[in-house]
Amino acid sequence: MGEILLMKGNEALAEAIIRAGVDGYFGYPITPQSEVMEYLAAAKPEERTGMVLLQAESELAAINMLYGAGATGKKAITSSSSPGISLMQEGISYIAGAEIPVVVVNVVRGGPGLGTIQPAQSDYFQATKGGGHGDYHLLVLAPNSVQEMSDFVPLAFDLAFKYRNPVMILSDGLIGQMMEKVELFEPIPRWTDEYIREHHGNWATIGKTPDRERNIITSLDLVPERMEKHNMHLKEKYEQMEREEVRFEEIQTEDAEYLFVAYGSSSRIAMKAIKLARAEGIKVGLLRPITLYPFPKKRLRELADQVKGMLSVELSLGQMVEDVKLSVECRIPVEHYGRVGGMIPTPEEVVEALKTKIINR
Amino acid sequence: MAKSKVIPHHDVPLDQIIKPENIIFKKTKLFTDNVLSYCPGCGHGVAHRLILEVIEEMGIADKVIGIAPVGCSVLAYEFMDLDMQEAAHGRAPALATGIKRTNPDKFVFSYQGDGDLAAIGTAETIHAANRGENITVIFINNGIYGMTGGQMAPTTLEGMKTSTTPYGRDPRQMGHPIKITELVAQLPGTCYVTRQAVHTAALVRKAKKAIRRAFEYQKANKGLSFVEIVSNCNSGWKMTPVQAIKWLEENMLPYYPLGDLKDVGLD
Amino acid sequence: MNEEIIIAGFGGQGVLSLGKILAYSGIMEDLEVSWFPSYGPEMRGGTANVTVILSNERISSPVLNVYDTAIVFNQQSLDKFEPKVKPGGLLLYDPNGITRHPERKDIDIYQIDATKEGAALGSTKVLNMVALGAYLKLKPIVKLENVHKGLLKSLPERHHHLIPLNEKAIGVGMEKVKLIHKAEHVNAK
Ligand SMILES: Cc1ncc(C[n+]2csc(CCOP(=O)(O)OP(=O)(O)O)c2C)c(N)n1
Ligand code: SF4
Ligand SMILES: [Mg+2]
Repeated sequence: MGEILLMKGNEALAEAIIRAGVDGYFGYPITPQSEVMEYLAAAKPEERTGMVLLQAESELAAINMLYGAGATGKKAITSSSSPGISLMQEGISYIAGAEIPVVVVNVVRGGPGLGTIQPAQSDYFQATKGGGHGDYHLLVLAPNSVQEMSDFVPLAFDLAFKYRNPVMILSDGLIGQMMEKVELFEPIPRWTDEYIREHHGNWATIGKTPDRERNIITSLDLVPERMEKHNMHLKEKYEQMEREEVRFEEIQTEDAEYLFVAYGSSSRIAMKAIKLARAEGIKVGLLRPITLYPFPKKRLRELADQVKGMLSVELSLGQMVEDVKLSVECRIPVEHYGRVGGMIPTPEEVVEALKTKIINR
Repeated sequence: MAKSKVIPHHDVPLDQIIKPENIIFKKTKLFTDNVLSYCPGCGHGVAHRLILEVIEEMGIADKVIGIAPVGCSVLAYEFMDLDMQEAAHGRAPALATGIKRTNPDKFVFSYQGDGDLAAIGTAETIHAANRGENITVIFINNGIYGMTGGQMAPTTLEGMKTSTTPYGRDPRQMGHPIKITELVAQLPGTCYVTRQAVHTAALVRKAKKAIRRAFEYQKANKGLSFVEIVSNCNSGWKMTPVQAIKWLEENMLPYYPLGDLKDVGLD
Repeated sequence: MNEEIIIAGFGGQGVLSLGKILAYSGIMEDLEVSWFPSYGPEMRGGTANVTVILSNERISSPVLNVYDTAIVFNQQSLDKFEPKVKPGGLLLYDPNGITRHPERKDIDIYQIDATKEGAALGSTKVLNMVALGAYLKLKPIVKLENVHKGLLKSLPERHHHLIPLNEKAIGVGMEKVKLIHKAEHVNAK
């Protein structure tokens, strides 16, 4: 068993970045995730693993540093919060188009605009539906505990390199700022240049040798036939993700008559709401999507034949609820309940919403 | 008639003390009554006052559009009784350009911290200056990111400890503290570039003159005027206000010397 | 065992670190724990609070609306959290600076003069440990040896020489905690 510590989500993420054998972290301070860079700066990653740590002049610069480093087969990561992630969207679109494996962490705060520094889940659309321009998807992981803030870092890199696609860890101010027990994983050594040449030398720009064609990283193709082919290739990747990477957790769904659908911090609140509701005899369960893209459509479609209604609980005005509705194809009522602007619903409120919006509708 | 207020423990009605002939200092009416959100001893408040006094004295309040940055002064619009816009982090000079180009008869100023102006907004700063936008930029250099809790700024001095340089800024890793004002002064689009400070009464008077001159340049349509104010951040530097002023004088001023860097002449 | 606690007071009273030490002690006791602070500008000189949960089950929501225990250090926090203690629950408060005292009849109310006792120990920094002692006397959910381990874990090494003082403060809290009102019989769980 690894070491057990009490850490903030942001700190666990930072420690995991060093342990995951990451080559470079590039970021710009923003609340509520500044602890990530602060932790890294204090931990001397350059001495521990040789990892590069750089405070960029902006998020625009940071994401383009990821572009450069990721395109050489190095593991590159950044973390930010909503306004900074908005600034990165151009770069993320280019990275998706050029098929560069990188990891971007969004510790979401309320918006739009400068909004608030308190927790929110209002960047779901941006994370799962694009965000930048063009037909592309990020693979989106949604941790709901400090443990997952740590565990999802190596997972995100595995997926990023498996698909040569940017992966986003979509957290929020609540998971970032809370402390919980975390069991740290054993450090994974950084890849050697030989390893990168062997495993990623067929695409990464690591210096052309006479034995192969040159590698080019680009998102541009002016020949429509070829560009269409590239788009179709991306589509195949997304379809493969939908087949192979859907992850979710179910809680007390076996006998459920109603279902909460919630991810990240709101899934924690929903778990408490289940306890309160079941104490009143209401049989409710939870489906927690762990991958927001690809979304657990199939399982929700199955559950629609079992439960009488679903309530999507989100710290937003109703974003994921659209995917829930698409999944259940109008078979049962699906409603949304959420608080916004940094407000966090109480478990009691969630039970009340289940009653008024679904049970007694 | 309303009953006169009495100062606690002093039984003297306030209006017997506050008489016109006793008043030696008055808050400009362009300050709103909102309580300043700055830490005690912070230079932001003084800088606000000087800008507002200049605007009041020039009688141009109805023609001024101000831009607040992202930084501790993000709420500057709460304190300045002027039409104000809030910019995204670093983008104030672009907003200012948009405002001034479409409203050439207005006075436009941006108020920006070092992170805002010299890191995330460097491109906007340089290009607005290079285009010679007829605007006034007030630049508060406190060598740190105050608002987000004391991280390194582009202007953080060599060896200075911040929360993202806990072992001190190492120029080999983080580069040297940027003298953006010297850079800006080189651009032909700028007419008046100066570096001031506000931690003593004499310097406050000088800084006010400089701000006045910057607005006069704007009035004369001479190009971009730029006033740096070397300031303190007690919270970010983790010092008392008195320690911070001493530290500023001993460390900031030798690297960021005060005075005019450029003054093309007003006529 | 599932104990849901809110700790609240002025920034600088050691509210967050009290929560952290409690949480770390819980880990040493092999419990599940969570700690969620108020964060942001609210904390500059203003009030700070932290929700701490210790449980032998997986913890669901780290933010709550009602609590088994409230430990409060100022009037604002007392006003805010007194109504949020579950019937039959515990309210522990420091009377320092309190002008409106708790009024509920359906909860246990205890006082600990943490500010005063802390100062008597020669450090304004240990008032939170005095309160921790008082709390552990009333609800011994973690063993003292595990609190010791918790202190070792949560204090940076350069502060380890302060552990004896902290433990002394815990002892004072255990001794000086004072009953104000015992909950009238309630039918809560
Ligand atoms: C795109 C974006 N990135 C990051 C932030 C977070 N942020 C807010 S203020 C600030 C730094 C401000 O420092 P400075 O400009 O020096 O102003 P000061 O607070 O020191 O006056 C940062 C990084 C943000 N609001 N938006
Ligand atoms: S944090 Fe620094 S810059 Fe911000 S108000 Fe306080 S002293 Fe001023
Ligand atoms: Mg600054």
